[in-house]
Amino acid sequence: MSDPAAVLHDPTSETTSEIRPRRTPPADLAGKVVALQGIGKARSSEFLDHIEDRLNRRGIETIRTEKATNARTAPIDILQRIATEAHAVVQALAD
Amino acid sequence: MSATPRDPCRVSDGFVAVLKADCPTCRLIEPVLSRIEAEAALVVYTQDDPGFPSAVTDRIDDAALQHSFELDIETVPTLIRFEGGAEVDRTEGWSRSEWERVTGTEGLGSDLPEHRPGCGSKSVEPGAAEALRAKFGDTGIEARSVAVGPYADPIEACFDRGWTDGLPVVPPTPERVLRMLAGTPRAPDEAVGRIPPDLAECTVEKVAINAVLAGCRPEFMPLLLGIVEAALVPEFTLHAVTCSTCFSAPVIIVNGPIAARLGMNCGLNVLGPGNRANATIGRALNLLVRNVGGGRPGEIDRATFGSASKFTQCFAEDESDPDWEPLSVSRGIEPGVDAVTLFQGEGVQGFIDQKSRTPGELTRSLALSLFAVGHPRLCEWAYALLLLSPEHYAIYRDAGWGRGEITEALHDALHRPGSELVAGAGGVGEGIEDERAGESVPKFHADGLLIARAGGPAGLFSAILAGWPGGRAREDSHPITRRIIT
Repeated sequence: MSDPAAVLHDPTSETTSEIRPRRTPPADLAGKVVALQGIGKARSSEFLDHIEDRLNRRGIETIRTEKATNARTAPIDILQRIATEAHAVVQALAD
Repeated sequence: MSATPRDPCRVSDGFVAVLKADCPTCRLIEPVLSRIEAEAALVVYTQDDPGFPSAVTDRIDDAALQHSFELDIETVPTLIRFEGGAEVDRTEGWSRSEWERVTGTEGLGSDLPEHRPGCGSKSVEPGAAEALRAKFGDTGIEARSVAVGPYADPIEACFDRGWTDGLPVVPPTPERVLRMLAGTPRAPDEAVGRIPPDLAECTVEKVAINAVLAGCRPEFMPLLLGIVEAALVPEFTLHAVTCSTCFSAPVIIVNGPIAARLGMNCGLNVLGPGNRANATIGRALNLLVRNVGGGRPGEIDRATFGSASKFTQCFAEDESDPDWEPLSVSRGIEPGVDAVTLFQGEGVQGFIDQKSRTPGELTRSLALSLFAVGHPRLCEWAYALLLLSPEHYAIYRDAGWGRGEITEALHDALHRPGSELVAGAGGVGEGIEDERAGESVPKFHADGLLIARAGGPAGLFSAILAGWPGGRAREDSHPITRRIIT
């Protein structure tokens, strides 16, 4: 970051960091719902279309979500939809 | 932040002058500079007007004040002579003899007055020193630097990183941290202690950073450092006070001249908002517990309800009556000495009695409310802090009662028959052990009731701050009073 708005000094002890273990991936996708998340970059949809086709042909249900832009984090409604409606998520980095 | 490389001057052998157009003396000496330039190498740094002085060719805009900072300019005009790239002499303001000595040139400014004082450099205007040091120098701050994006709100960045108590904090920029550190002569890397729950080492610098977050002024630092050290006395049991499911939080009572020097409040709304020192000093301690100690609500802080005191609870005692023995003196500190008492408090219980007119009536009335600390049936269970308002105190004072008489009478009034207090008596499950049924049971230990004076002039009210139940093991956990070294 070459031109920060401000430099702040860390008020913490700087001795610990929160480490959250990854959720264990499902053993298989049978009966599961997979969210296919486009992050707003070009050609995300091509990749996700391909993944979606392959999953659907195996009988795996999918939902599609799409960020408006890759320059911002996902809005809360998208995160909530993925968290409540899907068991796994594939994000398309694209380009 | 990496410091900009020092390159203060492009004159190896010659002169540098630092000026500002707003300075009458700088304008006065413009012809002198023109003559110096005619005979030697001269670079002029101009702080406020790139076109000034027009009589000089080699002008450099120093509106950013980098060169003024790096040349350590305090006054304009300043003339500096360089030889071999190193400064060998300088003079400030205008003095013909001094300028002739520095330049080695006779007859400079012969039509000017002999002497004119200069003006303050823009690089030493209030607040400039720390800002310029942060921008162009080495701050010496060891804490990790976090760069915030150019369009980001630094206050939101503090929220995002979990550095706040839920209210906005003042972003701890380098210049603010430097200003805060200037409030104490103690070295930034000096260890203050280990702050629980994590028992993380806390330095003076970390105290300063959290003081910035809390909104403190630099002059609060000596008191804050003393408070932190008092809070880290093992018998204050800060870990347990922080992590307890109870309502507990540090309650800070300040005695001595420092309270007035810092503008602390001991009067109207003393336990509420409105005073910067009261509000921010207490907040800084709680932010240190959160940020350095790791005592975050919902994580290791498991308070069932918590209390507003977990944001801040800090105030001064009213020492306006010379006949009243201040709390700190009653706890072993010499009169007139700055001191702080840290009490493990659980919020405020209002006491309203507008009808008692004698010490006896008021004492018995206060005892009724003091029985409620924790639970009316719980005895020798916790400390309590009683804040006598001016109007209630006047009832005692007018009868010739001081701290000793009030304390003794309250303890006497706070005894009850054990038979009324045992668990199950009167169909109430809570209570003391059955074997004490035959005793006259005191509500508090002999040292369990702290009394101080505070509050606004009108109102026959007083305030009770219940103590944390950890106080029932008073050898292990009790309030702390310490002298403040300023």
